Amino acid sequence: MKKIINNPGHVVQEAIEGYMCAFKDSITKVENVNGIIRKDLKEKVAIVSGGGSGHEPLFLGFVGEGLADGVAIGNVFAAPTPNTVQHVAKAVNRGKGVLFVYGNYAGDVLNFDMASELLEFDDIQTKTVLVTDDVASAPAERKGDRRGIAGDVFVLKIAGAASEKGWSLDEVTRVTQKAADQTFSIGVATAPGTIPGETEPPFVLGDDEIEFGMGIHGEPGLKRTKLMSADELTDELAEKLLEESNIQPGDEVAVYVNGLGSTTLLELLIVNRRVAQLLNKKKIDIYDMDVNSYCTTQEMGGFSITLLKLDVELKELYDAPASAPYYKKTQKIREGVK
Amino acid sequence: MSIETANSITASQVKDMFLYVGEKVIESKPLLTKIDSAIGDGDHGIGMSVGFTKAAENLKANEFTTVNDVFKTVGMSMISSMGGASGVIFGTMFVGGIKGLEPKTSLDLQLLASIYDKALEAIKLRGKADLGDKTMIDAFQPVVETLKVCANKNESLVEGLKQAEIAALQGVENTKDYVAKFGRAKSLGERAIGHQDAGATTVSIIIKSMKEWLEGQGNE
Repeated sequence: MKKIINNPGHVVQEAIEGYMCAFKDSITKVENVNGIIRKDLKEKVAIVSGGGSGHEPLFLGFVGEGLADGVAIGNVFAAPTPNTVQHVAKAVNRGKGVLFVYGNYAGDVLNFDMASELLEFDDIQTKTVLVTDDVASAPAERKGDRRGIAGDVFVLKIAGAASEKGWSLDEVTRVTQKAADQTFSIGVATAPGTIPGETEPPFVLGDDEIEFGMGIHGEPGLKRTKLMSADELTDELAEKLLEESNIQPGDEVAVYVNGLGSTTLLELLIVNRRVAQLLNKKKIDIYDMDVNSYCTTQEMGGFSITLLKLDVELKELYDAPASAPYYKKTQKIREGVK
Repeated sequence: MSIETANSITASQVKDMFLYVGEKVIESKPLLTKIDSAIGDGDHGIGMSVGFTKAAENLKANEFTTVNDVFKTVGMSMISSMGGASGVIFGTMFVGGIKGLEPKTSLDLQLLASIYDKALEAIKLRGKADLGDKTMIDAFQPVVETLKVCANKNESLVEGLKQAEIAALQGVENTKDYVAKFGRAKSLGERAIGHQDAGATTVSIIIKSMKEWLEGQGNE
């Protein structure tokens, strides 16, 4: 795989340097670790996210108002170290506690948990909400075992908005957990993504093959099939997604179609059109739709569909303004448009 | 036991041993990547290589008088540089066993067995995994049990590690029969069967390399 890199061991550091050059007005790097925090920290519960590199613009692009106050960044596809998380949490803490919001992976849990223990010595209270949106990774009765994929965006959005309201750590945690419980995703892979510096991709798919439910690190999915049309593919994915979620006719959802890296916006928009048709047919109300590539895996091909089931409280938080280098939302005045 | 006897090595020799182990693990990066890619996300070899590179840097920069500090340096280098599940777990393999241990200037089989026994408990506690979950524990627990048995029989350090390597390799073999209950391979279910665990493989490489280094010393 052709990659525009220098030393493979320096990709994370050099990418952060480039990011800092572009956005230094609004963000600061935490000294000595791969952590980034926002400059305009407020007197509120701090939201800290993070995970492995290689998924840009997650996580570093989501530092800002109404989103993460800080992110801890690991090596490519590897969780950040405990001391990275610890230093980021200390840098953003304003005495009101820190909520960790991140995808449910063994490595991330181990490192964030170890950081929580270290932060106890600093008298900083932490809570954790794990994003568990990938329905292909475990059955519904084990929702807590599911991995976190593009659903990070919705859950982080809700956490950031709740914290901006000045709520307590317990309240921010409660509503963020609710958002995590109501976020469901499913993905399909058409091609692998390669770790910079590696010559072999982590898995191989035939030219005409796709894999349903494949994880964003190439974790094997539900089944392999031949490539099909966008509508057929979207229908099959969306049906499975609804089957594995608790979303019923009459429910209201925010929809996010996420590209995994090399699938183009042109293709993603075609998928989004079909998702809208299908949800309309099923009498599921669409509150909002977003089509983007926030959670990528290098040049991996494919996409995921994420649904956040909304209630009155979540809708208000969803609509709150947010502004980070790679995610923006202006306060929306809704006119009852479906 | 005195430092001069063949059955124990000095802190400085422990440092050299782990420098050698690090080289061997780094050499195994392509193999570990391949094994991990089959059922995980393929980053295990890269992570271990990052950790042992950092450990080598920190070991080379210091002189050591206690075994404790050598283990601590290796473990903390991993925890602070690797990230991922491997960083915490393999870091704990080195720091988990020296907590509360009085300073030791030399390492014999009894001490190694006791350090790794405590480390195993720490890993189980942190990782919430046990034997049969298709993790590094499947190799490390047999290693610890074997080291303890050999230590009770007053075997030499190298003999203990020889036996431990056999136990580790059997443990790696056993992981092929297991469904993963932990980590990213968990979602595979039955499809993980037939594949060995990358973390267990690394344990076997570490033990094998420790043994090789000791054998090399004996030949000098």
